[in-house]
Amino acid sequence: MSGTFVGMPAFPEAAREAVRDTTLRGNLRHATHTIRAKRAKAVAEVEDWAELREAGKRIKDHTLRHLDRYLEQVEAAVTAAGGVVHWAADAEEANRIVTDLVKATGESEVVKVKSMATQEIGLNEALEAAGVRAYETDLAELIVQLGKDRPSHILVPAIHRNRGEIREIFTREMSEWGRPAPEGLTDTPAELAEAARLHLREKFLRAKVGVSGANFVVAETGTLVVVESEGNGRMCLTLPETLISVVGIEKIVPTWRDLEVFLQTLPRSSTAERMNPYTSTWTGTTDGDGPRVFHLVLLDNGRTDTLADEVGRQALRCIRCSACLNVCPVYERAGGHAYGSVYPGPIGAILSPQLRGTDSEIDASLPYASSLCGACYEVCPVAIDIPEVLVHLRERVVQGGPATRAGNRVVLRPAKGHAAERAAMRAAQWAFTRPGVLRAGQRMASRTRRFHPRTLPGPGRAWSAGRDLPRVPAEPFRDWWQRTRGGKDGAAE
Amino acid sequence: MSSRERSSRERILGRVRRALADVPREEAPYERAVERDYLREHGTRTVAETVELLAENLADYRAVVHRCDEDGLPSVIAGLLRERGAASVAVPPGLEEAWLADTDVTRVPDRAEDTAAALDRVDSVVTACAVAVAETGTIVLDGSPDQGRRRITLVPDHHICVVRVPEQVVASVPQALERLDPLRPSTWISGPSATSDIELDRVEGVHGPRTLEVVLVDGAAASR
Repeated sequence: MSGTFVGMPAFPEAAREAVRDTTLRGNLRHATHTIRAKRAKAVAEVEDWAELREAGKRIKDHTLRHLDRYLEQVEAAVTAAGGVVHWAADAEEANRIVTDLVKATGESEVVKVKSMATQEIGLNEALEAAGVRAYETDLAELIVQLGKDRPSHILVPAIHRNRGEIREIFTREMSEWGRPAPEGLTDTPAELAEAARLHLREKFLRAKVGVSGANFVVAETGTLVVVESEGNGRMCLTLPETLISVVGIEKIVPTWRDLEVFLQTLPRSSTAERMNPYTSTWTGTTDGDGPRVFHLVLLDNGRTDTLADEVGRQALRCIRCSACLNVCPVYERAGGHAYGSVYPGPIGAILSPQLRGTDSEIDASLPYASSLCGACYEVCPVAIDIPEVLVHLRERVVQGGPATRAGNRVVLRPAKGHAAERAAMRAAQWAFTRPGVLRAGQRMASRTRRFHPRTLPGPGRAWSAGRDLPRVPAEPFRDWWQRTRGGKDGAAE
Repeated sequence: MSSRERSSRERILGRVRRALADVPREEAPYERAVERDYLREHGTRTVAETVELLAENLADYRAVVHRCDEDGLPSVIAGLLRERGAASVAVPPGLEEAWLADTDVTRVPDRAEDTAAALDRVDSVVTACAVAVAETGTIVLDGSPDQGRRRITLVPDHHICVVRVPEQVVASVPQALERLDPLRPSTWISGPSATSDIELDRVEGVHGPRTLEVVLVDGAAASR
């Protein structure tokens, strides 16, 4: 089964490992640069991109700000359409609900559409523990599952693998799970896709239970939407007798009409296409077409905690397009695994510490996994100001303060390891509010500048390991200003 | 819903309400909260140009596009099935009889009791569609009698889809959604099955039909 994220080292350690892996660096650079140029072209095709982005932001904000009402509306509409709605406060509860539903069908295997929500809760592992085998059917998820690997990208979880590695995994592992890879399989993408088609077809045809997530849930009608490329989603959504969809409570949009915004922005932002090959919509069950039984599991798992944070709640607007990963200079070099979460990249750096809290080393380090360059904000199709939330979360890590965990208001203690930073900031505040002290300090720094070290000692060492210390000028700026009256005397030196 | 789940429902709704304590009661309702300054369609085109754009965009994503008039349709469909070497074709219950008049390929009716495995042995499928979107090169099926169950356009490897032009063609995604009933299951198809999962580059042909042929049939309305 895919590896776990528990006990991940903090981002800097994990990233240091990753940047030394030249194959990984090459794979990521190739993939992210390919998609970057294509996305820019796909977005440039629509002259109203800014307006679509603003509308998407407002639809999501409005829904989130009235989420209780829309959740009740979803429940009523899905139930009226023949579906059964379940509520899961956390991962454990969601896994228990799904496992019980699968067990009740008497089946011991399920086919799965790629879903971030089920990745997040570790559903495959929970099903495995209950004796149910979950087959991932998305090509990239299949590569991760067969390779006993972890996902490293929201859209393309196997982005860290190149075609040669994929060929090797298929040849080695497919026979363990079912139909072996064809003899003499080469590494051309078309042949690899064909191998996946053959391997999974028997599983699709016999599957009695399908498990999915959803990209959107329409409150007024109870309609679910899955946006995909390969047709594995259609297989899982239409061939089985029972369909179980696990959906985060932030996936709701109020009306059918709202899809007109996201069905334009999502494909262009994710795979850089005018439209993805397949989009499926369904409302409850349909007589004689598709599953006869439909369950919707509404998942909280930290989302209401995120919603309680007035700055951080904008992260819940995310439609999981992964454009922010593809443009991020940090992601491009560190790769997805270093983020220690199914949500890597810039969005992961603000989502994981909010969904899971900042207690663990990895979650406390994620708000720092950014250069704050802002490229993520610029490409985000729902205008999430990721740098703003990153800075907000850094503040929470360093200073502590009020937060909501599992529905309860708590006061977080300042994180360990930031004592020197806090002390430096306090000292700076003290000096900056006392002009005499500041002047004396600056003069002292200028006079002793020959003796300044190139790197900081003690707790400052980590900071200066990746940065050059600024050179102190021979004369403090304020002295120079007074001496030359701002350069007006012509005596600039 | 078990009592445990019922309590989770109350717990989640309670958490949501507490989380939103800062949201003013009198906040703008949905109708006013969302400004829709974006376009209903991109650019202005004549009806013929919109159909032309559909053909272009379908072809751009590797659908094979054919054009004919109503009278020529049966022979076009027969020709496509012959070229494909299809021995059998899945037929939705409400497909116009005349469309298959020129072919003697074995017809497999779309029946609820047939298994997916049986459908896997069928070579091709012919359907109509609900609407087609020019800007994105998309055809949409909504399970109407001339389109059949969702699986018949999924399991066979060769899909022939007939679009009546210009009446079934809209320019944009917003216009397509207006024409669709959300209570019917819909499938939006833009080209044959594809993936971007290997090095983020698009390759055609994974689980859905690997060959998608779209026949744009002119003047269907006039002849009926």
